[in-house]
Amino acid sequence: MKLIGATAIEDKLQDGVAQTIEQLTKAEIKIWVLTGDKQETAENIGYSCNLLREEMNEVFFVAANSPEEVRQELRDARLKMLPDTEEDKFLIPETILGDTPKVVEDENVNGDYGLVINGHSLAFALESNMELEFLRTACMCRTVICCRVTPLQKAQVVELVKKYKKAVTLAIGDGANDVSMIKAAHIGVGISGQEGMQAVLSSDFSFAQFRFLQRLLLVHGRWSYLRMCKFLRYFFYKNFTFTFVHFWYAFFCGFSAQTVYDEGFITLYNLVYTALPVLGMSLFDQDVNAGWSLEYPQLYVPGQLSQYFSKRAFVMCALHSWYSSLVLFFVPYAATYDTARDDGKDGADYQSFALITQTCLTVTVCVQLGLDLSYWTVVNHLFVWGSLGMFFILTFTMYTDGLFQLRPSSFAFIGTARNCLNQPNVWLTVALTAILCVLPVAAYRFFYSQISPTINDKVQYRPAPRPRRTRLTRRSTRRSGYAFSHAHGYGDLVTSGRFLRRHAPARSMGLISTGRSPGFKPTGRSAGYSPVGREQNPKQKVEPTSLQMFRAVKDTSF
Amino acid sequence: MMASSYNAKDEDGHHPGSVGSGGPGAVKSKKPDNTAFKQQRLPAWQPILTAGTVLPAFFMIGLIFIPIGIGLLVTSNNIKEFEIDYTGVDMFSPCFNCSQSYSWNSTSACTCSVPFTLDQPFESNVFMYYGLSNFYQNHRRYVKSRDDSQLNGDKSSLLNPSKECEPYRTSDKKSIAPCGAIANSLFNDTLELFYIHPNGSRIAIHLVKTGIAWWTDKHVKFRNPGENNNNLSIVFQDTSKPVNWRKPVYELDPSDPDNNGFINEDFIVWMRTAALPTFRKLYRIIQKKKDNMTPTLPPGNYSLEVIYSILEKRITKMKTQIKMLRFTVFLRSVYCQIHKLPELSMLKKENILILFFQLQNLTFISKFYLLFFCNYL
Repeated sequence: MKLIGATAIEDKLQDGVAQTIEQLTKAEIKIWVLTGDKQETAENIGYSCNLLREEMNEVFFVAANSPEEVRQELRDARLKMLPDTEEDKFLIPETILGDTPKVVEDENVNGDYGLVINGHSLAFALESNMELEFLRTACMCRTVICCRVTPLQKAQVVELVKKYKKAVTLAIGDGANDVSMIKAAHIGVGISGQEGMQAVLSSDFSFAQFRFLQRLLLVHGRWSYLRMCKFLRYFFYKNFTFTFVHFWYAFFCGFSAQTVYDEGFITLYNLVYTALPVLGMSLFDQDVNAGWSLEYPQLYVPGQLSQYFSKRAFVMCALHSWYSSLVLFFVPYAATYDTARDDGKDGADYQSFALITQTCLTVTVCVQLGLDLSYWTVVNHLFVWGSLGMFFILTFTMYTDGLFQLRPSSFAFIGTARNCLNQPNVWLTVALTAILCVLPVAAYRFFYSQISPTINDKVQYRPAPRPRRTRLTRRSTRRSGYAFSHAHGYGDLVTSGRFLRRHAPARSMGLISTGRSPGFKPTGRSAGYSPVGREQNPKQKVEPTSLQMFRAVKDTSF
Repeated sequence: MMASSYNAKDEDGHHPGSVGSGGPGAVKSKKPDNTAFKQQRLPAWQPILTAGTVLPAFFMIGLIFIPIGIGLLVTSNNIKEFEIDYTGVDMFSPCFNCSQSYSWNSTSACTCSVPFTLDQPFESNVFMYYGLSNFYQNHRRYVKSRDDSQLNGDKSSLLNPSKECEPYRTSDKKSIAPCGAIANSLFNDTLELFYIHPNGSRIAIHLVKTGIAWWTDKHVKFRNPGENNNNLSIVFQDTSKPVNWRKPVYELDPSDPDNNGFINEDFIVWMRTAALPTFRKLYRIIQKKKDNMTPTLPPGNYSLEVIYSILEKRITKMKTQIKMLRFTVFLRSVYCQIHKLPELSMLKKENILILFFQLQNLTFISKFYLLFFCNYL
């Protein structure tokens, strides 16, 4: 044979991939790789991104040709990781499962393990009698790399995780072969780039570089969760407080369902007086700024554990509202009981009482929002103080003579604002109510942040943040970055028909919103590039799979 | 596109099909604006709860509240109040006969006389209130049962009142003016005060019956129909009086045309429904004497003459003019309640001040406790 030439394709990983993966791993996100590349390419990628590491206890390779062998290899791997696991504790018998799919629990193993499985074996492993075994073994590993995977299998793996784990899945890819995976996951991210726009068009989010995923999750995802939870808690609080006051008043009005407030106030409360401030909070609020969010991925964990809004948080919010409503009713009650104005005239009438209670309520919920807001931009200031100002402006306007002359029955509160709000004891009541409602909350939060600070508190108390870009020192691997394309492709797998669906997969019902978020899959044709590499020993015997050759290199060279 | 076109500094999400930025037909960049607003970089104030801010804030609040509490306490102790219960439920009370024999249809009014003694002089303007307990003026159907257009003098509403007034809307096929349950239950006991001079003579005390309602009520909300027609009996001729009234509305105060009809101040005061089932309403004012030396009501024996009408627990109260009224009694106890306060209220003014002064000398811990105790009532 006369050697005419050699072709080589260099396909670099994008910048920042390794660092991104490291940060996401710190944020308790499990990362799996599903690629159509060859096994050695996929391994190279794994090593160059720090998914697979030298320090790992072991990396299991599953590349068998029959179902029994695959099962055996998976079982061996599992027993090596956790020697004393019960055999069938999590394995569902082959008969029908039942309506609700079982959830595979996380199992803690000592040490880091990796799993590399190729598409052929995966075809066996994804069958219904083995999928749980595969899932269980895979979840025990720190990293899972599936190579030679067809697009359909990518989607099947995602669906397997969605079905049996209480987790939110995110799939990220850049090629047309990733579209099915992106659509199958809870969140699909497409990278717009060389491979066309297919992935982008079918995704929920898209950006140009893989490392933007870090910002998407750790900064914007986290802020979004925080804002949503604060919004919900505050919304429930303000409406429960508003409503519970009527409950207390019922005892004093003969249980006749007389409202404490003016009807105009009831209409405008949720519409004008409290709508914009909470909107501003849910648009702009940040507890920790972007730099620190990226620096401390552990801040992501409370969102995974649903700590900010759960049944417990809801109950606490309801209790807080109950207490606030007690204060908001009984302080004005006691203040108007048997009173009169300075000049002796009536000050304890229903309309004055309603106005006092309205004012107390609006001021209190505004102050409470001020306590909740941790990021006061100009817009927030405008919304909060503007809404409070609108309350007073609209109240005075609705109680003027002109509107009364227009429609007497609708604006029957004429003169109340003028006659009631010029009494200093009314303002003292408002101040007292607001302070009584808000001070215990402030004290509680302050004491908790001192006694048992959460990671958010610890980060917040740092001095002014200075986001540093740490250059990730690439751990030296003496692995070669080169791969030889002399092994078979996966045409056999495609033509075998093994990957074809035999039955409709059981899709998970609705979004699973809690738990950790694994299932991150960078794909694409990018391969690892290791600057320091040893040349492959060309004299090695060529084995049917490149795997053996790689192992041989490993054994003799190191 | 080559791989080398991507570099670390390239943060754009450029469409791979876009050709630079120079061509006139270039595809518009989809890159979002790099403004502070859209990139969540707005400058902001980020308050956090630290020990250095929270504890001084709590302390300041306490420091502000304590003097307010003291001020309210002192002011409220200057209020003098005297309460007479003339319901007449008790067999030995003066109004027992009236309370037993009363019926809605009785034509002759029942009178009773309640003697009482004032130990302390009442200075400045004295306000006379009547109070009712367990009278639910805040019941929903009761509050709705009125027609504000009719009370504002609207001619069409006078003859055709609103449906809310049912069942007190029409009687004898004529519309009721004023309609509704609130007007129907008007309080019309008549109370008169007499001072019993040591030499035995009874001096009637002059009670002022105007200036007891809100200005806006009297001049804007309530207007007699027929504009300036002083002959109200003609204006109200096609209407009937409320069912439980003895006199029609244009005879509420014939002597004073400015206090007759809908703008009668007793009527206005009653129509301003109370918030709670136990309430008081201003009845009359006893003006202070022209020379500021004699007290308005000197100590001595007095007699309250009651012309009985409705049967609820009635209380007559008298109060001196004060800056902050009953409200202050509650507020002072909240603003600065210390265990000893209930007993303090029995003490004289001088003693109260001394005790407060002594409390200032407490150690820091006690002050802290006091602070939180004040704040966490």
